[in-house]
Amino acid sequence: MASPCEGGRDADGAIMNPKSNHPEPPGQQIAPAFIEMRGISKRFGGVRALSDVSFSIQAAEIHCLAGENGCGKSTLIKILSGVYAPDEGQIVLEGKPHSHLTPAASQRFGVQIIYQDLSLFPNLSVAENIAFGHQVQTPLRFADYKAMRKQAQAVMERLKISLPLGALVGTLPIARRQLVAICRALAGEQARLVVMDEPTASLTHQEVDALLATIHELKRQGIATVFVSHRLDEVMTIAERVTVLRDGRNLGTYWVRDIDRRRLGELITGHVFENALKPPFTGKEHPVLEVRGLSCEGQYDGVNLQLRPGEIVGLIGRLGSGRTEFALSLFGMNPPDRGEIRVNGKPVHLRSNREAIRQKIAYVSEDRLSLGLVMPQTIADNTVISVLDRLRGPIGLIDGTLRAQTIERWIFQELRVKTNTADRPVQQLSGGNQQRVVLAKWLATDPRVLILDSPTVGVDIGAKAGIFQIVDALAARGLAILLISDEVEEVLYQSHRILVMRSGRIVGTYDPQHVSEQELRETIYA
Amino acid sequence: MPDRDPSFKAVFRRHDVQIAVIVAVMVVLFSAISPSFLSASNGVSLLETYSVMAIMASGLLVVLISGGIDISFAAIAAVSQYLTATILVRSGGNWFVAFGLAAGFGALLGIVNALLIYYLRALAVIVTISTMTFYFAILMFVTEGKSIYNLPDWFTADLSLFGTPFPVVVAGIVLLLTVFFLSRLSIGRQIYGLGGNPEAAKRVGCNLLGLQCFVYGYSGFTAGIAGLVQAHRVEEVVPNALIGRELDVLAAVVLGGASLLGGIGTVSGTILGIVLLAILQNGLTLMGVSSYSFGFVTGLIILISVSATAYAAKRQQRRHVRHAN
Repeated sequence: MASPCEGGRDADGAIMNPKSNHPEPPGQQIAPAFIEMRGISKRFGGVRALSDVSFSIQAAEIHCLAGENGCGKSTLIKILSGVYAPDEGQIVLEGKPHSHLTPAASQRFGVQIIYQDLSLFPNLSVAENIAFGHQVQTPLRFADYKAMRKQAQAVMERLKISLPLGALVGTLPIARRQLVAICRALAGEQARLVVMDEPTASLTHQEVDALLATIHELKRQGIATVFVSHRLDEVMTIAERVTVLRDGRNLGTYWVRDIDRRRLGELITGHVFENALKPPFTGKEHPVLEVRGLSCEGQYDGVNLQLRPGEIVGLIGRLGSGRTEFALSLFGMNPPDRGEIRVNGKPVHLRSNREAIRQKIAYVSEDRLSLGLVMPQTIADNTVISVLDRLRGPIGLIDGTLRAQTIERWIFQELRVKTNTADRPVQQLSGGNQQRVVLAKWLATDPRVLILDSPTVGVDIGAKAGIFQIVDALAARGLAILLISDEVEEVLYQSHRILVMRSGRIVGTYDPQHVSEQELRETIYA
Repeated sequence: MPDRDPSFKAVFRRHDVQIAVIVAVMVVLFSAISPSFLSASNGVSLLETYSVMAIMASGLLVVLISGGIDISFAAIAAVSQYLTATILVRSGGNWFVAFGLAAGFGALLGIVNALLIYYLRALAVIVTISTMTFYFAILMFVTEGKSIYNLPDWFTADLSLFGTPFPVVVAGIVLLLTVFFLSRLSIGRQIYGLGGNPEAAKRVGCNLLGLQCFVYGYSGFTAGIAGLVQAHRVEEVVPNALIGRELDVLAAVVLGGASLLGGIGTVSGTILGIVLLAILQNGLTLMGVSSYSFGFVTGLIILISVSATAYAAKRQQRRHVRHAN
């Protein structure tokens, strides 16, 4: 089992040893790794998922595994948890080499995985969920509720968190379920490494802070954390070290304090992003959409907006600032109390989304998984669902040629969804490609106003750039675009004009040329 | 008792408490309309009539909690009833032998269901509809539909314990046994876990094959016992007597709050579901309403119950959304 790999492999010349450039603060020296994966390769059929990846984890460190979808992150984790055996390479646990691990061996060593879906039992109480491991070992033993509560209590005290032990997990918000999952990971055999797959995907800023506190508590107790994330901001705040994978190769492990966000983004995608501001908008046409003093009790108040063809207006605000409610009003799904909406200068009353679609307004929802797409249906069906009445042939049946033309144009030519056939269920596509299908669906309705509500949530950063290229191209063709987001950077570099919404009011209008990220942030979170 | 939120409001949100209130209201209503409704003899005869249903319902409840479904239990009851009766008539025996045989045949046929579902990865509803048809067809083919009337005297003789009829005693024991392992043993909690999130159950290392064999085996076990008790009550074995009871039992269990999606359900709720159906059908009979209306009323009640559950779930989801914002 001779491994071809020499110790301390250094892929692509990455900085492996930060000591040369930076004096180490005491206690941060690289100790011998307690888990080391050396020269791991894995292929599935003809596809190489991992080639010669080396990856090491120090005791009690917080390590992020970053990379785009399909870069091999999950394969690496599954090898670590013993689900897959690597084709080549070895896993060294405290100096002892193994050719592969079994799930049981991995758990015995103290590796606990928290999957993205958390794998909790919604119908059982918090205490039972945390202590469930004990139920499994001896099925005919008495279920000792007192012992379960005691065990759960002990773990919670260790982590300095408090959860209602008797509450059913299904009634808790996601952030607290996450804490239940962490507690369960620690309740079993002595945990030494907790692996979290996309732990922050559905959390708000505050909740991320709470999670961060828990991760630091783990560290204090000598437990290492490895987490997988798409969100660069979080990688930068949570992790101490980050390992970047791209196309199944390790591009290197970095100290987070030694690199910045942009460099990390470049490493992950392999593209250099120059963040250029948009040139000032010069269109002189009449506004296609005008909103005056639009108000809706308890949601937003006195909103004014003008959108000209070809213009991209960014609307930024926190969750709950009223931004989504306002957007839904423009799409007829949340009728306003007061104010006026004009389309092409004519006042309209948008009482339903059918009405809005007729006025050529399209809305791409924030929550594409539950609202935007019919997941098990094919790309083709999802694309034409919004325009079925236009595909009708002479006797009212769907015209196959027309349908095929629509799909060919939007899916393959305009949005270039990465797929060989439009007959694939959309749930098999990556986040970025799903977002393209949603866009295709709405563009097929031939809109003049396109409202994009957080179009890049859950999309990795390479795909993000692709989506914004499309947005730019659409604007250049004369579509008016309202871009809603809570990511400052995204709005700053993507819009001609920026509106900031706070507590239901527009509190500022900015020209991207004359405002900094910092100023915007302060206005949003003031 | 499993962990629960004990607050007053939470108690009233509980499905079984709501059903209990409805039962109480109906008891008052029917006794006002028909004085004989509340008599002791009516009560005892009701209990006896519905005890077979209660025994089968315990097994079905366990299957539903695990996230599965069993349509074949009435067919299993018929087959094991016939097999047991044939053996008893030919070679004699006693109650121990009778229970052992009936429950054993039932459990065996139930485990066949479990193996088919596990290894074929087929939908439980399709598998058990097929086995229902299959088991029953074989029974009719082999017996040519002939009934057994010459059951041993010890088998058909009236039995009672402290004045409680034998079928009621057996139903009580089966219900208690079900409560015991569902809420007191680890395997019961694993069954709830399996129904609540099968993927999670797999990941924490539950033995899925073992659990499925247990739940479908238990459903068959109770079906076998139910068949035996039914034969004792009517003093004969008619091959097709039990067929057609599946949906009534399913209705009672669902009415009692068990979720067809798995993970949710209690024995107390199931008992209330059966009591509700029993009182309703009995009350209507005493009021002189045609028995053809039973189906109509039963269907309506189930529809209302299911809508109420769905509505509550929807409201809870909305609370979540608000919470998230």
